[in-house]
Amino acid sequence: MAYQMDAHHAPVDPSVPLEYSTEDGQLKILGFWVFIAADIVLFSCLFATYVVLHNNTYGGPTAEQLFDVPGFVTETLLLLTSSFTCGLAIFEMHRSRLQPMIGWWIVTILLGMGFVGMEISEFAKYVGEGANITRSAFLSSFFILVGTHGTHVTIGIFWMISILIQLIRYGITAVTARKAFVVSIYWHFLDAIWIFIFTVVYLSGKVS
Amino acid sequence: MLPHYFNHLFVSGIDIYIADVLIILASISIVGVLTYFKKWKWLWREWLTTVDHKKIGIMYILAAFAMFFRGGMDGLMMRTQLAVPNNHFLGAQHYDEVFTTHGTIMILFMAMPMLIGLINVAMPLQIGARDVAFPYLNAISLWTFFFGALLFNLSFVIGGSPDAGWTSYAPLAGPTFSPGPGENYYLFGLNLAGLGTLASGINFLVTIIKMRAPGMTLMRMPMFVWSTLITSILIIFAFPVLTVALSLLSFDRLFGSHIFSMTHGGMPMMWVNLFWIWGHPEVYIVILPAFGILSEVIGTFSGKKLFGYSAMVGSLIAIAFLSFLVWVHHFFTMGAGATVNSFFGVSTMLIAIPTGVKIFNWIFTMYKGKVRFNTAMLWSLAFIPTFVIGGMTGVMLAVAPADYQYHNSYFLIAHFHYMLVGGTVFGVFSGLYYWWPKMFGMKLNETLGKWHFWLFMISFNLTFLPMYLLGLMGMTRRMYTYPPGLGWSHLNMLETVGAFGQGFAMMFMMVNIIWSIKNGERDLTGDAWDGRALEWATTSPAPEYNFAHIPMIYGRDAFWDRKYGKDKAKYTLKAKPYTPIHMPNNSGRPFLMAVAFFISFFGFVFEWWLVAGLGLLAVFFFMFSRSFETNTDHYISVEEIEHTESGGGRS
Repeated sequence: MAYQMDAHHAPVDPSVPLEYSTEDGQLKILGFWVFIAADIVLFSCLFATYVVLHNNTYGGPTAEQLFDVPGFVTETLLLLTSSFTCGLAIFEMHRSRLQPMIGWWIVTILLGMGFVGMEISEFAKYVGEGANITRSAFLSSFFILVGTHGTHVTIGIFWMISILIQLIRYGITAVTARKAFVVSIYWHFLDAIWIFIFTVVYLSGKVS
Repeated sequence: MLPHYFNHLFVSGIDIYIADVLIILASISIVGVLTYFKKWKWLWREWLTTVDHKKIGIMYILAAFAMFFRGGMDGLMMRTQLAVPNNHFLGAQHYDEVFTTHGTIMILFMAMPMLIGLINVAMPLQIGARDVAFPYLNAISLWTFFFGALLFNLSFVIGGSPDAGWTSYAPLAGPTFSPGPGENYYLFGLNLAGLGTLASGINFLVTIIKMRAPGMTLMRMPMFVWSTLITSILIIFAFPVLTVALSLLSFDRLFGSHIFSMTHGGMPMMWVNLFWIWGHPEVYIVILPAFGILSEVIGTFSGKKLFGYSAMVGSLIAIAFLSFLVWVHHFFTMGAGATVNSFFGVSTMLIAIPTGVKIFNWIFTMYKGKVRFNTAMLWSLAFIPTFVIGGMTGVMLAVAPADYQYHNSYFLIAHFHYMLVGGTVFGVFSGLYYWWPKMFGMKLNETLGKWHFWLFMISFNLTFLPMYLLGLMGMTRRMYTYPPGLGWSHLNMLETVGAFGQGFAMMFMMVNIIWSIKNGERDLTGDAWDGRALEWATTSPAPEYNFAHIPMIYGRDAFWDRKYGKDKAKYTLKAKPYTPIHMPNNSGRPFLMAVAFFISFFGFVFEWWLVAGLGLLAVFFFMFSRSFETNTDHYISVEEIEHTESGGGRS
């Protein structure tokens, strides 16, 4: 008979970071990088669509009229800072310090929530002004591109919360370390995507 | 207040009623058989919850066969409609629906899953691995494909089928010209199945990169593994594009956005570009694994190592690279201009070079070999000339000025059927006859197999060769009827006879399968064909853990070398003691998660937001609960391995 075994096995290789110490961890981290490659393709297509359609305002509001500089700069600062604090959490994880790791983890989640909250109010403001997804091709592509990023961030927040619970429950093990590391890759990736949105959508929209 | 799609829920029409009755009868008989033989628990434990790559592969193949039947029926309905001039067997609208579902099902729900099934069965064995990298994800891939296909097929009896062609070009597929849920079924069915395909691509890539047996360098991998690797890369870079295209069109249809619309600044050409940036690599996703099968089969049945191994690898890579550079050749006639058309014409023709290299290599592999003409080998042999005919006509189509003549004519239809049937389907049949013993422990009957082969091969040419002529005579695709006196009637009748011949030939395969389950020659050695690669080094069917000892590899054709090679001694395993084998647990969650996806996407199709939202919530719940699962794997004990090994596998 097969016997059950706990997934939280002991690390097999102490010479590498904890998240890489099991074969399973290595496989999953590589798999996630490949997923990121696919997600890059997804965002590339959305960016291409936006770039093709961004001048097709059909008499509706243009990017220049719509975007509010202090708003999107604050959003950017929130998200960039959250990426930094996420890095600090992983840094503490590598030093096996659970409490500071959890602290930075919570800060990251809160900053992420702040970002999503600001984005929702930004979208609500546009819709309130009649600039909704049906108004023009520019606005359709804008909402879909920025909204897809926002959805990714929202999913990331729920994901981080579930990892937070596991960190509190199990501490830093090879499994929780791998999970935290994977979600941190995801979080930094969303930060990188935002830099492109900041440049291609918001900055270009303001200067054109 | 009823949602406005409620009126569309029930489709009427005599064929629909027949389908309704058949679906109900089939469902009742499945439920009845399972209950009568008390097989529900067995079905759930052994199949629906399995994470074993071999069983997942078999289920992929089974579902693909069902889709082959559905898509084949569509094909027969089209050919019946076109058999004689001025025919009104199907109405124009119905004909549109049938050719749309025929194309979509055959490519996305038949060819791809058939190949992914064969990859699942053979690839991990060929690299000497115990499983794929992510077995649980593999089950999710299977079930999202399965329920995506189910959702798409449901359109036939609930709500109405999509009718804008398998390419679903905007603005025809947009909300203005295709009202009703039909196109939504297309969008959400494909998107759900596409998720699973992307996950498979990631899974296979990581498996091949990280889980090869010790000593198996990249240049020692069997050619089928190489083709899987390259196909996986194509999937990873192509499928997100499809996801985006389908999602954007879904937004247009459900939420009134204007990405592809004709008004408010939308741009229908954006759809055509996105669709074919995925769609062209897609045709290589369904042909490269067939190339891999061919290399395995021809090598084995010629008793020789594959000729020009590194040239084969190089040409696979070249084809994959070029496949992303040619998408515009699907719309030469849409006004891109001479420079753009020239670039894409030349890049398209370039693909003929690496493909030609492969054709010559297969021929040289047979040269001076002891060729055994088994059914599997016959399919591979037939592949070569049909694929060359299809390829040469493809180069003709790549000539942009000439394409203005061929475009949208039956010439084009003939071309891609020569590639996809003469290429992919022949390859799949070859693979099925070849790996059947590995999957089920018995061979298929050779006599019935040869009947299947000859009937299908002749009928296939009878169906599609006249199409080239009809195309040159001016018959266009998607034409639902035609007047007499154009000189098309005899050729069309010939094609219809051929189409029914193919359907008839398939019955030989079905009879063969049923006959062989009872009387087929059992494969007790595990090495049914005197094979070359590692899948033949274990029992047939392979045990859950594939190999009791992970094999060591010292060269290409590892198993052949172990049997006959000069460094045979190196391969001889010292009688090492068995150690417990680490395996993943079965889980019902992938199946339930796909059901939740299905419910959600069904809600989206009919714009029932509550259903859609609750379904998505359930999907997230299943993801969340997986994250908290701790008992995800187990060890197979030494006693159990000893017991299995002495019993000679599962059989």
